[in-house]
Amino acid sequence: MITLTVNGARRTFDGDPTMPLLWFLRDELALTGTKYGCGLALCGACTVHVDGEPVRACQRRMQTLEGATVVTIEGLHPQGEHPVQRAWREIDVPQCGFCQPGQIMQAAWLLGQNPAPTDEDIDTAMNGHICRCGTYPRIRAAIKGAAEPSR
Amino acid sequence: MSARRFLPWRATRPASEQAEPTPATPERMRGTSPGLERREFLEALGAGSLVIVVGRLGVRRVDAAAGVLAPEAEPWSPAVYVSVDEDGVVTIICHRSEMGQGIRTTMPMIIADEMEADWARCRVVQADGAEQYGSQNTDGSTSIRDFLPRYREAGATARALLEDAAAKEWGVSPTEVKARQHEVVHEPTGRTRAFGALVATARTLPMPDSARVRVKQPSERRWQGKRMPSIDLGPMTTGTARYGADVLLPGMKTAVIARPPVWGGTAVTVDDRAALAVPGVERVVRVPGAPLPGGFLPLGGVAVIARNTWAAIRGRDALRITWDHGANASYESAAYTASLRETVRQPGAAGRTNGNVAQAMAAADRRIVGEYYVPHLSQAQMEPVACVAEARDGKVEVWAPTQSPMDARRSVAEYLAVDVEQVTVHVTLLGGAFGRKSKPDFLCEAAWLAREVGAPVRVQWTREDDLRHGYYHSAAAHRLEAGLDAQGAVTAWVHRTAYPAIAATFAPGVTGAEPDELTNGASDIPFDIPNMSVEIGPAVAHTRIGWYRSVNAIHHGFAIGSFVDELAHATGGDPAAFLLALIGPDRQVDLSTAGLVAPASNYGATWADHPLDTARARRVVEVAAERSGWGAPLPRGKGRGIAVHRSFLSYVATVVEVEVQPDGTVLVPRATVAVDAGFVANPDRARSQMAGALIMAMSNTLYSEITFAEGRVMQSNYHDYAVTRLHAAPHVVDVHIVESEGLPGGIGEPGVPPAGAALANAIFAATGVRVRELPVGAQLAGWMTRGG
Repeated sequence: MITLTVNGARRTFDGDPTMPLLWFLRDELALTGTKYGCGLALCGACTVHVDGEPVRACQRRMQTLEGATVVTIEGLHPQGEHPVQRAWREIDVPQCGFCQPGQIMQAAWLLGQNPAPTDEDIDTAMNGHICRCGTYPRIRAAIKGAAEPSR
Repeated sequence: MSARRFLPWRATRPASEQAEPTPATPERMRGTSPGLERREFLEALGAGSLVIVVGRLGVRRVDAAAGVLAPEAEPWSPAVYVSVDEDGVVTIICHRSEMGQGIRTTMPMIIADEMEADWARCRVVQADGAEQYGSQNTDGSTSIRDFLPRYREAGATARALLEDAAAKEWGVSPTEVKARQHEVVHEPTGRTRAFGALVATARTLPMPDSARVRVKQPSERRWQGKRMPSIDLGPMTTGTARYGADVLLPGMKTAVIARPPVWGGTAVTVDDRAALAVPGVERVVRVPGAPLPGGFLPLGGVAVIARNTWAAIRGRDALRITWDHGANASYESAAYTASLRETVRQPGAAGRTNGNVAQAMAAADRRIVGEYYVPHLSQAQMEPVACVAEARDGKVEVWAPTQSPMDARRSVAEYLAVDVEQVTVHVTLLGGAFGRKSKPDFLCEAAWLAREVGAPVRVQWTREDDLRHGYYHSAAAHRLEAGLDAQGAVTAWVHRTAYPAIAATFAPGVTGAEPDELTNGASDIPFDIPNMSVEIGPAVAHTRIGWYRSVNAIHHGFAIGSFVDELAHATGGDPAAFLLALIGPDRQVDLSTAGLVAPASNYGATWADHPLDTARARRVVEVAAERSGWGAPLPRGKGRGIAVHRSFLSYVATVVEVEVQPDGTVLVPRATVAVDAGFVANPDRARSQMAGALIMAMSNTLYSEITFAEGRVMQSNYHDYAVTRLHAAPHVVDVHIVESEGLPGGIGEPGVPPAGAALANAIFAATGVRVRELPVGAQLAGWMTRGG
């Protein structure tokens, strides 16, 4: 039995310990905001925070999560008003929207670490996330918008 | 696990024993489902609402409680629905699928603007697949270009009825009242009445005549042509937006399917013992494959049904299957590419003929040849296809990210051999589509398995499944030859191409594309060349060929745009100036009478409405060149390229600026796009589509390639099917939309074709290396010492 915290709630899991966190979130907890895109940590669509760090949920097995604290896109902010979420809406970043939960989780972590990221910092932090619609220019702009001192 | 209710796969019906598919006859396809539609209407609109539909035969009002199936004397196709209920809530049914282009925002904003509704009191309901909506196929960049007048008419009719209702209630002339933001105002007195309060009267009034239904003048528009935030932004940024795999039903199983590695293959033996031993796996079920070519129907295979996705994936991995790979096991990309290259060195079937090319070529001062190749590509949309289905009491209900719910409905009915009226298709958001989700094979799989298993089933394709069992963009070879006179003007143009046809996915015996496919951006080029021959040669398909954003215009645009740049450099001209000279004087051409071989398609439009208008091509080239700083010098390793293309009735010119690093890595710091798409209702979404198309063209040009060996796709995931990532993508995509009240063209696709060529041309400008075969891949390694 594995016990962990997901979006502030205590959860338990007694299934296949090799199951990736992604499928626990989606299939067991119905937290479908975390997306499956590749299963090999190549696209970033499944990014969540585990103990404050951005993690590809498709690669993180349940057996490693005893006592862990997990935050998903649904738990990033109770009203969806995290500065990154607001910045994403202000300039209409998403097209299809599918990769955006992962992008937002990664960007929220980046800004938590580095309130004023340079272009190079953004490249480094965000390059693991694929957006096939090609929203990258707006992702850059939204991260910079969210990083403004006024926020 | 002991309580499993599975049948071993061997006990299930093999494909050969499956009942003959029920053909979807025209009669059946016209069939409608009163129960479904009435229920849908009651749920969506509520009884007592004012409901306006606009179709082929004009505007109608329908009684929500009676459904829309009041007996009609003739078939009609009401594609647009808008209603107002007695509380004033405006409901707009979106008949097209949302896949990132913004139609769920753009369509309602046009209607609401015309009806003077308050945007905050409008809601959008996504249409199920139903005949009443006409074509719901969200492809060909048609959702605005085919429907803008109807959207406007729907809104304007609702406004006229509400104004007439207010005039009647007040006993005043309709000329004294005016709708304004969800109420009607009596202008002489300032009295107002809310839309909701007028519904009961509006429902009983005679329909306004066409003179009374007045579409707004540009100065009266509130939202059309202006920025409108997308309606799905909230859900999309909080993880609550619902895509195909996000539909959860009680008791739902997950299925992952082992499909034949080669197109047309079948499973000969299956050992499912290890799969069934995986905890969580419940059953292994055979999925019948349709006979080749199969069209929209599944490839077949062996499905592992499990309690969760992980168990299904592990179970599938544990299957031991021997396959009969069938006739396509001989498909080898290297040999096929060579054969296409050979084909285009011979004359093909003509799609356009002007003048006498043989004579003109013989008389030319100089002849230049360019050969190009574009490989198979995959849509590789971020959401691998997935579908949830439930089968109960002879009825089948599916939830899926489909671009074409009606095709899906017909295909599911055919595959399951049930009546089309028994099939309901609900459309979720699409996590990218780009043509892949026009094909309902995955809905058929889910529906089949739901019926076999007797429980709701979600079919989940893995990324590997999506790349290996897709509908691929045609591999294409091109050979262009130009004859130039002593002044460097192009007097003769012979363009020969060969690629397997999409039609081969749907009909047996197809040995190549029809000449009419050349109207997708090869034979409808805006160049002033007196002697032209555009030809297509044979090419047999050995895999499923399907649509991918901008379709054949991807390789047509790359080859033509690259060749024109080669001509410019060969004559010592500036590429932008050369392009303008090649476009020549302004003229409007009906190509159906000016060289195109019948049927001379024009993206479904008439040539009268949408002639080839070279002034529009010229203007976008001029704008893109001017805004990009064209001509300003750049150091070696940096360069600009330009190309123009007409596709989907829009004109796009693109200037790409590249920075090629010493190791050959290509970055695109900046790009400029000028687009003339006629009237653009939602410019912000048009800008995002142009930026996205450019970034997708970067993928097509720089990184992506599907290859086959022994009939199998050699790529599996984003490490070996690479696409553009953030670091290489432009920091700025400067999009200039030509202001126009003209008939709308497409927006979703036309940005792709010129961008690939502009990028390749920029690489040449930066490095001296001419890329003629895609993807660029490692071709630029060592460019700094190769000269150029």
